[in-house]
Amino acid sequence: MTDFLQALISGLGVGSIYALLAVGFVIIYKSMQVISFAQPALLVTGAVMVSYLRFDFGLNFWIALPLAMVLTALLALVIERLALRPMIGKPVFVVAIITIGVDIAVRVVVNRFIGLGARQVGDPWGLTIRRLGAVVVQERYLWMMLITAVVVSLLFAFFKYSRVGLAMRAAAFDQETALAQGISVGQVFALSWAIAGALAALAGTLAGTRAGIDQQTWVLGLKALPAIILGGLDSVGGAVVGGLAVGVVEAMVSRYQGAYFPWLGQNFSLVSPYVLMLIVLMIRPYGLFGTPEVERV
Amino acid sequence: MTGGRTAGSARRGRPELYTSYEADSALLNTRPKRVAVLLIVALAVIVPFLLTDNVLLILATAFVASIGAIGLNLVTGYAGQVSLGHAFFLGLGAFTGAVLSGDPDGRTVGLGMQLLVWLPAAGLVAAAAGLLVAPFAVRLRGLYLAIVTLGLVFLGEHLFREMQFITGGVGVGRPGPVPELFGFRFDQAGEVLGVMLTRNQKMYYLMFVLLLIMAVAGRNIARSAIGRAFAAVRDRDIAAEVIGVPLTKYKALAFTISSFYAGIAGALLYTVIGVIEPGSFNLLMSVQYIAMVLIGGVATISGSIMGAVFITLLPRITREVPKFLPFISGGATGGGILNVFQLEAILYGLLIIGFLIFEPRGLYGIWIRTRNYWKGWPFSY
Repeated sequence: MTDFLQALISGLGVGSIYALLAVGFVIIYKSMQVISFAQPALLVTGAVMVSYLRFDFGLNFWIALPLAMVLTALLALVIERLALRPMIGKPVFVVAIITIGVDIAVRVVVNRFIGLGARQVGDPWGLTIRRLGAVVVQERYLWMMLITAVVVSLLFAFFKYSRVGLAMRAAAFDQETALAQGISVGQVFALSWAIAGALAALAGTLAGTRAGIDQQTWVLGLKALPAIILGGLDSVGGAVVGGLAVGVVEAMVSRYQGAYFPWLGQNFSLVSPYVLMLIVLMIRPYGLFGTPEVERV
Repeated sequence: MTGGRTAGSARRGRPELYTSYEADSALLNTRPKRVAVLLIVALAVIVPFLLTDNVLLILATAFVASIGAIGLNLVTGYAGQVSLGHAFFLGLGAFTGAVLSGDPDGRTVGLGMQLLVWLPAAGLVAAAAGLLVAPFAVRLRGLYLAIVTLGLVFLGEHLFREMQFITGGVGVGRPGPVPELFGFRFDQAGEVLGVMLTRNQKMYYLMFVLLLIMAVAGRNIARSAIGRAFAAVRDRDIAAEVIGVPLTKYKALAFTISSFYAGIAGALLYTVIGVIEPGSFNLLMSVQYIAMVLIGGVATISGSIMGAVFITLLPRITREVPKFLPFISGGATGGGILNVFQLEAILYGLLIIGFLIFEPRGLYGIWIRTRNYWKGWPFSY
């Protein structure tokens, strides 16, 4: 039971990172109907910025993190303006491929800053351990859950209560009608990229706690894809649920698969999200909370 | 082929007058095409005696990559089903070929069979796997499908990592397929018809002939009823079904044919390279093939070949760059702003972006524009 709870908490911790990323994916998808494969690059960019702000500029972690989020959001804005905006109206597949190109190019530059080894992000938790009864958990997992809970609640409030949030929901619902109501859809695109960039930076930094980030960390960004498929591409709430589910499944598989299904091979947990995704898609092609597409010919 | 044409006298001065569908959609329907193809083939045949072995090897690789790119273009370009999973099918083909042709006494499994067996088998195994993806393709479309095929790459990587008795394990790998045909070895220097050929010259010819076969086959698929059905599915799948194109059948067929091409290309690629490293069938490989299709020209066979040759030559080109730009370093660890490997990766990204924004029809589109310009020269149309 203790084992199970520990796996559950670490799963929820990592899952909340996926949830942050997945929410970023969904926000972009809702505004542009495009999946941005550039998220992994933004994730490592954010984490590297925190690392440099922390160690080369000597800033406090709690100052470096928001600053890096803002800077990454700016980078996302530039990407959106230069590479995405000219492609409005082109097939979504083409736009998605462009984001792959952006991802490759940006990551090369970022890798240059990471260097060959791992770079610490200088988080205040490090190896600290908490005991909750018999359950021993790393403190960072609790912080991940807390930060994600706060950020996601703020985002929900933003979408629900602010004028800009309302504009974004309107643009996601119907771009032309939104335009007719005086909403600048271009600004909505830009804002959604900025939010997604900031979320990716936050997720990257959280993922880099304790062990630091290296040139392979970006793969984490793609783990959010099963999460958004699971939740449905156009559901922010679904993205959170999907992210947490993917994290928990991964943790559970890594805890129990060695004992019960050793023939699946080592590190099967790393690909288990994709298996989960395939199973869900066979049963519900639009995810758990996604809107089924109705097409007229 | 001239069956549908009118008699010579009626056509005089009107070389593009067709009186039947057969003539219009013929493989080489204009005289310039016939002449150009003949010239290109002739050039390709004499090239091995003009270039160094080094360059020939790159060209042989480019030919193999062309086969893979044609496969991806059939499913993504013609049939419109986005696939990021091409690397997985290439890997399946490579390992099937390696297992069937490998040394029976080696460290990894091998059955010691010849080219005539392992090459079709590599294609068929990959095609069977492609058929398994079809149910997803039927149920999903667009980006959902792209992500599923992306997941396939990760599952494939895991599979290749774990099955060490076949793949040799990450970082070690296993020998690639052996190109042996009835005792004739394409991977050893030797005399053919009285001419002494090196290993790379033989490889070049083998890959060239295979590319020729696969390209003509691909072109025939594209211009036949199957190709038209693919295009209908691509343009509007529901409308296609309404006018009587069985959707399930053609989506499955597209993935099967594409995977067959990928399997063949995978097996041949590692025949040329020599060693298969199971870690190489990753997302980057898939993206490379996507880049070939996009840079070459979507839904064109000749474009696929141009794109593949271009992308394969890219590392070779970037290696020359440090001579002209001092801030690019030649080595993997040197100073400067970037080294050549990083430059290469950035170029992939930027080329994809640049072509998609400025010339969505790719190299093929550039060719069409040049051709049309000179067609009317000195008039603008």
